[in-house]
Amino acid sequence: MKKRIQIILKGIFEENPIFVLVLGMCPTLATTSSAINGLSMGLATAFVLMLSNLTISLVGKMIPDKVRIPSYIVIIAAFVTVVDLLMAGYLPDIHSTLGIFIPLIVVNCIVLARAESFAAKNRAADSIFDGLGIGLGFTLALTFLGFVRELLGSYSVFGYKLAPGDGIILFILAPGAFFALAYLMILFNIVKKKFIKK
Amino acid sequence: MSEYILIVIAAIFVNNVVLAQFLGICPFLGVSNKVSTSLGMGGAVVFVLTLSSIVTYLIQHFILIPLKIEYMQTLTFILVIAALVQMVEIILKKVSPALYQALGIFLPLITTNCAVLGIAILSIQKDYGLAQTTIFSLASGAGFALALILFAGLREQLDLTSDVPKQMKGYPVALIVAGLLAMAFMGFSGIVK
Repeated sequence: MKKRIQIILKGIFEENPIFVLVLGMCPTLATTSSAINGLSMGLATAFVLMLSNLTISLVGKMIPDKVRIPSYIVIIAAFVTVVDLLMAGYLPDIHSTLGIFIPLIVVNCIVLARAESFAAKNRAADSIFDGLGIGLGFTLALTFLGFVRELLGSYSVFGYKLAPGDGIILFILAPGAFFALAYLMILFNIVKKKFIKK
Repeated sequence: MSEYILIVIAAIFVNNVVLAQFLGICPFLGVSNKVSTSLGMGGAVVFVLTLSSIVTYLIQHFILIPLKIEYMQTLTFILVIAALVQMVEIILKKVSPALYQALGIFLPLITTNCAVLGIAILSIQKDYGLAQTTIFSLASGAGFALALILFAGLREQLDLTSDVPKQMKGYPVALIVAGLLAMAFMGFSGIVK
C-alpha cells in the first residue's frame, strides 16, 4: 500500500506532467481560462489515463513490438471517444466549452508517454495507480492555473465574483496563459528546491 | 474569392493556430531553438496538415457520414494521420531524397502534433467544403510555420544577447517570450469579423 501511495505522490509532485515533464501543453494553455474548465479537462484526461493504463498493462504483452504504438493509440482513442460521448450526453455545457480539446486528448503526449513508459512494463494494479497519480497531478496543475487566471482575469473563484470590475482581461486571453504558466513554473521550481533541501 | 482571402487572413493572423488557439504547442516549444530547424519543421507541418485535412475530409464525407458512424471520427482520423505520415515519409525517401533530408526527422514528430488532428476536426466542425478545407488547412499550416520561425528567431537572440535569471532559464523564459508574441498577434484581432 505504501508503494501505491508513493506512485500517486510521484505523479503529483516529482513527475508532475505539467511543471516537471512539460507534457500536454496544448490543453494546459487552452482550457484554463477558468478553474472549473481546468478541473473538468484534468478529470477527463485522468479518466482516459487510468483506463488506458489499465487496458495496456493487461494486453500489452500480447501486442507485437512493431505495432505497439498504433495499438496504444487505438486503445486511447477508444476511451477518448467514450469520454467525448459521455460528456456530450451528461455535461453538454462543459463539453461545448472544452470543444475540440476533448477529442485532442488522443494526441496528449502524457497519455501515450505513460502507456509506453509505465503501463507496458508494470502490473495492472500499479498501472491504475500510476494513471491516478499522473492524472491527479495534471488535474491539480490545470485547476491551479485556471484558478490563478480566473482570479486575475475576472476577480472570481470558481465562478463566484470576489470583487467588482472586469479584472485584468489579458489573463483570460491567450498571452495571459503563457505568462501565468511561466510564473507558476518558476514558483514550482523554487518550492521544489526548498523541499529537496529539507 | 474574397471569402477565401478572409479564411487565409483569419487563419494566419487573427486565429493563429499556435498563439490564439493553442494547437501544436509541443513542437512550438520543442523545435524552436534554431531558425534553420524551425524552417524544416514548419515546412513539414504545412505539407502534412494540408494533406491530412483533405484526406480526412474525404473520409468524413464518403465513409463516416454515409455509414452513419460519425462517432468513430477521433479514432479514424488519428489512425489515418499516423498512416499518412508514415506513407509521406516512405514516398519522400524514394522520390525526393533532398526534401527527405530537410524534412525527414520532423515527420515522425508530426503524428502527435495536435495542430494536425485539431485542424482536421475544426474544418469538419466549421462545415467547410473541399476547397475551403484545403485553403483553411494550408493557411493554418502557414500560420504555424510563421509563429514557429518568429519564435525561433526571438529565442536565438535571447540566447546570444541576454542574461536570463537562473530560475527562469529554459521553459519559463520561452513561455514569456511566447506570451509577448501572442500579445503582438492580438494586434491583428478585429481585422476579420
